[in-house]
Amino acid sequence: MTRPVLSVRGLSVRFRMRGGTHVAAVTDARFDLAAGECLALVGESGCGKSVLASALLGLLPENAETAGAALLGDGTDLLTADERTLARTVRGRRVGLVPQSPAAHLTPVRTVRSQLEETLRELAGVRRPDLRKAAAAAAERASFPLGHLDRYPHELSGGLAQRAATALALIGDAPLLLADEPTTGLDRELVDRTVDELRRHVGDDRALLLITHDLAAAERIADRVAVMYASRVVEIAEADAFFGDPGPRHPYARGLLNALPDREFTPIPGMPPELSALPEGCAFAARCHRADTACGTLPALAAPGVACHHPVTAALEAPRA
Amino acid sequence: MLELRSLTAGYDRRAPVVRDVSLTVAPGESVGLLGPSGCGKSTLARVAALLHQPDRGQVVVDGEPARGWRHRAPRAQRTAFGVVFQQPRLSADPRLTLTQLIAEPLRATGRAADVQERVPDLARTVGLGTDLLGRRPHEVSDGQLQRACLARALVLRPRWLICDEMTAMLDASTTAALVAAVEEYRAESGAGLLAVGHDRVLLERWCERTVEWGELVGAAQGAAERPAAK
Repeated sequence: MTRPVLSVRGLSVRFRMRGGTHVAAVTDARFDLAAGECLALVGESGCGKSVLASALLGLLPENAETAGAALLGDGTDLLTADERTLARTVRGRRVGLVPQSPAAHLTPVRTVRSQLEETLRELAGVRRPDLRKAAAAAAERASFPLGHLDRYPHELSGGLAQRAATALALIGDAPLLLADEPTTGLDRELVDRTVDELRRHVGDDRALLLITHDLAAAERIADRVAVMYASRVVEIAEADAFFGDPGPRHPYARGLLNALPDREFTPIPGMPPELSALPEGCAFAARCHRADTACGTLPALAAPGVACHHPVTAALEAPRA
Repeated sequence: MLELRSLTAGYDRRAPVVRDVSLTVAPGESVGLLGPSGCGKSTLARVAALLHQPDRGQVVVDGEPARGWRHRAPRAQRTAFGVVFQQPRLSADPRLTLTQLIAEPLRATGRAADVQERVPDLARTVGLGTDLLGRRPHEVSDGQLQRACLARALVLRPRWLICDEMTAMLDASTTAALVAAVEEYRAESGAGLLAVGHDRVLLERWCERTVEWGELVGAAQGAAERPAAK
């Protein structure tokens, strides 16, 4: 069997805060990502999804402490690699990033064309007479309208800025693509187009880690779904089983899906716990109607991929037409 | 009645974003306005909330035409609106605690005495725990901050709520919770709602009526012709 494009093994990230306290943002994450596969990492804001992405790119702030490993196909450990390796061979070349807020990601004082051309020069080695054509081709790949190439980031709508950032991420043809909330602020049609493009880019020999709170986008392109809650991956399932029959098995994942407007549209009661004061046992127990004394101990992410003492077994109701 | 009459608005007089758009929201009614990214629906929402002066056209709030915009709007009209924006980070002063953030409209209208009474109540309505109220925006998540922004929009008990992509940044559960909080307030106060967004499934579930951006352009002529045809 070929090696996975990315193998995350017991990855933990915690932040040292003033006063000696710690915030556990990611705890013991484990998953493999094979070539041709798209894994959607879903969960509510503040659950640690984006920190996981930052860890994979070596972009964590100074006060972060990491444990575990995140291995690329060739054995490079993204957690221990030095800045020089990360900057020269990893970012953009082996791991591409579609960022969360393109407005902050794009350079505000240069046009989209100039940023595309620079990236093409640096990552793909394209040289001058071909540069203009290559920039147009790169823009088209992410459905960025050519008429807007000479605009500055502040002159673009949120959707266009997102497509510009996507175009930049695709240039390096990296085997692993990290998309961190690539569809925030886009309308449904654009969401579909953006994720379809990402999926198409993955093809058979690349892998995509799609970090999102948009369950519809995840359903559209993911092969597998990982649900994160309060820093832990609480369920990993095949997308077909998760969104269809038998549905999510973790009560949190089930609640998240049932909160969708085309399903029950009812929120999960309560709020997620603070990452600086996580309970000893299951972090979801306080909001869970299935919880009992067993939930005082931490459930392991056991086969078939659910970290829960009382997983849901009933079939999920289909969405309303 | 909130009436938007033949509004033309934008940021450059030669190239307005909104051209000749009309929309009426009845008292207590909830209207979802659907449109693609960049069509001008957020600009229209800002005009409707008296936050942006249109180039042409009229906003009529409960029978009274709006004459001032932003801080020049008369207080009675300004405080008739509660507005929730898409990005809570950009619409919250980072120096204020959540309590101060929610209470700011009360202070600004000389009703600081009501803070003790209103803020804990509202925090409960939007599902914010009391432990969060002493924090500043950078210490809470997007979802928690948006809950505070919704509480701020409700603190003056507005007759009209304008929600501009209120839930676009949020996960499914927080979305459902915020919509439930808005609906609870509307059921109790009878406030009208204009919810702007691009999520058809959400707005159709949330609002009594949804309109497409395209239907609104030039709609004034249609409305004027109807009584004449009777």
